[in-house]
Amino acid sequence: MNTPTLLLDGLPVPFSAGQTIMEAATAAGVFIPHLCHHPDFKPQGSCKLCTVKANGRYVSACTMPAKDGMEVENDSPDLNDKRRTLLQMLFVEGNHFCPSCEKSGDCLLQALAYELEMLTAHFAQFYPDRPVDASHPDVLLDFNRCILCELCVRASRDVDRKNVFALSGRGIGKHLIVNAESGRLADTGFSLADKAAHVCPVGVILAKRQGFLQPIGQRRYDRQPIAMQFASLPGSGGNGPEA
Amino acid sequence: MDRHARWLPEMVVADECFDATGVAALLQPIVERHRRDSLRLLQILREAQDVLGYLPRTALTVIADAVGLPRARVEGVAGFYSFLHLQPVGRYRILFSDNVTDRMLGSAELMDRLCNRLWIERGKVSEDGLVSVDTTSCTGMCDQGPALLVDGRPLTRLSAERIDRIGELVRAQVAVSDWPREWFLVADNIRRRDVLLAHASAPGEAMRAAVARGRERLLQELQRSNLRGRGGAGFTTHTKWETARRAPCVDPQGGRYLVCNADEGEPGTFKDRVLLASHADLVFDGMSVAAFAIGAAQGLLYLRGEYAWLLPALTENLARRRRNGLLGVAACGQEDWSFDIDIHLGAGAYVCGEETALLESLEGRRGVPRIRPPYPAQQGYRGQPTVVNNVETLCKAALIALRGGDWFAGLGTKQSTGTKLLSVAGDVESPGIYEYPFGVAIDQVLHDCGAGNAQAVQVGGPSGSCLALHEFRRRIAFEDVPTAGAFTVFGAHRDLFEVARNFAHFFAYESCGFCTPCRVGTTLVANCMDKIAQGDGSQYDINEIFRIHRLLHAASHCGLGQTACNPLFDTLNKFRPAYERRLRSLDFAPAFDLDQSLSVARQMTGRDDPAAHFDPAGGMQPVDR
Amino acid sequence: MNPPAGQRRLRLATTSLAGCFGCHMSLLDIDERLFDLLDRVDIDRSPLTDTKHCGPCDIGLIEGGICNAENIHVLREFRQQCKVLIAIGACAINGGLPAQRNHLDLGQCLQEVYLTGPGIIGGRIPDDPELPLPLNQVHPIHEIVRIDYFVPGCPPSGDAIWKFLTDLLDGRTPRLGHPLLHFD
Repeated sequence: MNTPTLLLDGLPVPFSAGQTIMEAATAAGVFIPHLCHHPDFKPQGSCKLCTVKANGRYVSACTMPAKDGMEVENDSPDLNDKRRTLLQMLFVEGNHFCPSCEKSGDCLLQALAYELEMLTAHFAQFYPDRPVDASHPDVLLDFNRCILCELCVRASRDVDRKNVFALSGRGIGKHLIVNAESGRLADTGFSLADKAAHVCPVGVILAKRQGFLQPIGQRRYDRQPIAMQFASLPGSGGNGPEA
Repeated sequence: MDRHARWLPEMVVADECFDATGVAALLQPIVERHRRDSLRLLQILREAQDVLGYLPRTALTVIADAVGLPRARVEGVAGFYSFLHLQPVGRYRILFSDNVTDRMLGSAELMDRLCNRLWIERGKVSEDGLVSVDTTSCTGMCDQGPALLVDGRPLTRLSAERIDRIGELVRAQVAVSDWPREWFLVADNIRRRDVLLAHASAPGEAMRAAVARGRERLLQELQRSNLRGRGGAGFTTHTKWETARRAPCVDPQGGRYLVCNADEGEPGTFKDRVLLASHADLVFDGMSVAAFAIGAAQGLLYLRGEYAWLLPALTENLARRRRNGLLGVAACGQEDWSFDIDIHLGAGAYVCGEETALLESLEGRRGVPRIRPPYPAQQGYRGQPTVVNNVETLCKAALIALRGGDWFAGLGTKQSTGTKLLSVAGDVESPGIYEYPFGVAIDQVLHDCGAGNAQAVQVGGPSGSCLALHEFRRRIAFEDVPTAGAFTVFGAHRDLFEVARNFAHFFAYESCGFCTPCRVGTTLVANCMDKIAQGDGSQYDINEIFRIHRLLHAASHCGLGQTACNPLFDTLNKFRPAYERRLRSLDFAPAFDLDQSLSVARQMTGRDDPAAHFDPAGGMQPVDR
Repeated sequence: MNPPAGQRRLRLATTSLAGCFGCHMSLLDIDERLFDLLDRVDIDRSPLTDTKHCGPCDIGLIEGGICNAENIHVLREFRQQCKVLIAIGACAINGGLPAQRNHLDLGQCLQEVYLTGPGIIGGRIPDDPELPLPLNQVHPIHEIVRIDYFVPGCPPSGDAIWKFLTDLLDGRTPRLGHPLLHFD
C-alpha cells in the first residue's frame, strides 16, 4: 500500500497513520502558525492559530487527524488574515508591552506577530488588571502576558506530576491559577527544575535573575523569523529548534 | 438533604471564619454520600454551597483532599459555573432572568425597582449580607415572564406590586418557603397538542413495547422513523444509537451510557421544562428505550441548574419507577439487563448544552467542549460509548417504540419526520408550547399564537435565525428553518438592535473561554454593540462586527462561538436601519467616551471649565496655546 | 532622491504626544538620509521646526499615546490636516510605557503625588485651566481617530523608519520585514 499523503498548499506531504495535520506538516518542514501546540504534549486546539482549511472546512491542524488525499490550505491570505486577527485579539486581551518584557525576542506570540506582519493590535485595548506573583524565590509569574495556552498546565500535570497550574473563571474572565489555598506560587511545590518552568511560550513564567543574560536583539527570533527556523530544521518539533 | 432548604443566615461570615476542621465536619456527609468520587465534583460543590452559602477557600481545599484532586482543579471547576460562588453572596440571592422576552416584559425596570426598594446596587451584596440582586441567562420561563430565581426557585409573572412585596419579605427576613405559594406556580401553557403532547400511556408502557420488539427490531423501527435529534443539530438518532451500540468499550468492565440532555439553555426555549414537569414518565421511558437499544446499564439526566426546582418531583418519580420494577436489576422483567437513572444538576453554564461539554460537566469538570473526533457515541462519558439525546428526542423514541417507525415517518416532511415542540413567546397573545408536525409554516404558527403585527421571529434562539416578514412563508423543518424549539416573536414596535445586543451579551457571558476567537471575539462584539447603543458608533464598528463574525464562524471550537454573531449578522442584513439610525459617524468614532475619560481628573481638580470637557458631538474645541 | 519629474514636494508634520521623543530621535537616526528626505518633503509642524500648529499636510507622524486632553486636541488637528496619518512607535500603537499606569486609579495617583505622598505638606492638585487634564486611562491613538499606517518598535529603528517613508513616498505599500519589524 502507498504511504498516505495529503496535499499541503498543493505540496504532497506523506504522513503515517494517526498523525495530525500539524504533525505531518512539521515533519515535512512546513510551518503552520501555532501557540498552544507543543509536540511534547497532548494537542489542545484552543489558540486556533493553526486553523487551516481541510477539504474546504476550517479545522485546527493540531487536532485534526490527517487523511489520505486530504487537501489542506495553510499559507493563504484568508487564513493568515484570520490568524492575524486572532493575534490581535490576544494582544488586546492581555497587557503585552514588548519593550518591558524579558521574553521579547524569545516570545512565540511576538514571533508570530512578526511572521504574520501584525503591525497593530487594531482593537481597543482591554488593559486588564492582573497583579504579578513574585512570591516564589526563583520564578516570577506575570499574568499580564498569559495567553491561556495551558502548556504549563499540561507540563505540570503530565510531566512533572505536580498539577501546579490550572484554569479558573470562564469566558473573558478565564485565568491561570496556582495550586495553593493562598493563591501564591511560593506555596506550591513549583521548582525551576520543573518542565512547566520552561514551556511558557510568552513571558508569564520567568526565571528570576536571568532575564537579560542574552541581550535584546540577539535572541532567537531576532536572528531568524520563526517560519525559516522551521524550514531549515524539518522534524525539529512543533516549537522549532530550542534557542 | 433538601436542596431548597436555605442555609442558616448566621453562617454568612467572612472567609477567614471558616476553619478547616469545621468545614471538613460540615462537608463530610456530602463527600461520603458521593463516595469521594471526583467525577461527582460538581454535585459535591453544589451541595457544599447549599450548606456553606458559598465556597470559601478552605472548603475547596477540604473537597480537593476528599476526592483526591489537585486543589487548583477544584477551584477551576468552581470558578467556571455561574451558580457557584467563590465570594459570599446574599442570604437571599435573587437572579432576574435576562432573556430578551423578560426584557420586553419590563424585567430591567423591575430589577431596578427591587434594587431601589432594597437599597442595593445590582450585582453587589448588601452591606449586611442580606441580599444580592443580579441577572442570569434565560431561566426558561419566557411564556410567563418576567421571571426570577430566588435561591434557585422560580418566581414568574412578576409585576411592580409583586416586586414591592418581595422587597418587603426580604427586608422582614421571611424565609422563601413562607412566601406566597401561588407565586411559585409554573404553568405548562400547552396551546397545541399533537401526537406527543396528546399521548397518554402508563409509565413503562413504551419500555415494555421496546423490550417486546427486541433490540434489532427496535433499531429497525427507529431507522424507518428517520427520527432526528430535537436539540438543534438534527443528527439522525438511529445512526447515533447504532454507532454507540457497536462501538467497543474502552473499559470492558464499564458499560455504555445513555445521557438525557436536559440542559435547556437556549434563550427562548422551555419545551423540555414542560416535558420534565408533566411528561416525566415519557422522558424516562424514552431513556429506558434508548438504553435498552444500545445496551446501557446507566442513564444520566443532566438537568440545568435553572431547573433545580424540578428535581424533587423527578427524584420521586425515579423512586416510584424503581419500586415498580421499571428501573434497577432486571428492569422491565429483562433478566439480563439492569438499568438505572441518575440525575446530575448543572450550575449555570449554557455551553454545557453542547453534548461534549455536557459530558465534561457530568464528569465533574469545567464545561469545555471536547475535541471531536472521537464522538460521544464512540467515547463519551468515562470514555465509554455514550448516546446523548435531547429530552424531546427521547420522548419521540418512546412513541416510536410504542407505535412503530412507519407511523412516525408518516408525520411531518420526508426529511423532517414527526412533530416538533415550539416554545412560543414574545409579542403573542398566547405564549406557550405548540406541537406541530414538521413543515408547518411560520405564518401558521404566528396566526395560531395570536401574533398580530410581528416584524420578526427569532427561530432557534440566538444561535438560530432571525426571520423577517418576507420569510414568514418558510417552514419549520431541518431542510428549511431548523430549530431546537425557540420561537420568539417581535412586534412591529420592537427594536431589533436591542434584541441583537441582548444576544451579544448573552454569548459573551456564556462563552466558556476555551478558544481565542470566541473568548475575545464575543466580548469585542458586545462592546461594539454597547458603543453603538450609546450613540458612539460608526460604520467602522459595523464593519468590525462583520469581520469578527467571519472569524468566529470559521475558527471557533464549538457551535457557541460559530453561531455567536448570527443574530447580529441577520439583523444587520435585514434590519439595518435599526443600527444605522444610531450611528454618530459614517466613518469613525472614538472607541471610548472622551468626555467621560476626563471624569476623574475633573473630580480631583474641581474643574468644570470648557477645556475640562470634550463636546459630545466630537468636534474640535479651539485650542490656542 | 529628488521627487520624480512632475511630482510636487510633500508636506510632512510630526509630533510627540505621550511619548519620550525616542521615535523622533530614531527619525534623526536616518542620518545623512535626512538630506534625501528634505529634498522631497517640507516639514510643517514638528519639534524639528517648532511650528505650533499643523497646516494642510500630506503625511503626519504621531509618536506617543494619549494621556491627556491636549493630546486629543493635537491628534485631532493632525487627523484634520493630514491626508495620511501614521502611528509610530509602541506608545502610539498600544499605549506603551505611559499605559502601565492603566491598572491604577487616576484619582489615587493624583492624591498620592500631590497630597499624601512622603514629604508633601499643604499640597494641592494642580487645577489651572491652562493645564490639560489627564485621562482616566492612557490609550493608543487608533482608539481616537482613524490611523492609516502603523510603524511598531520602541523605538522603530532609523532603518525601519526610512524603509517605511521611502515605500510611502515612492508609492509602494509600506512593508517592514525581518529584521526591521520589531516591537521592542
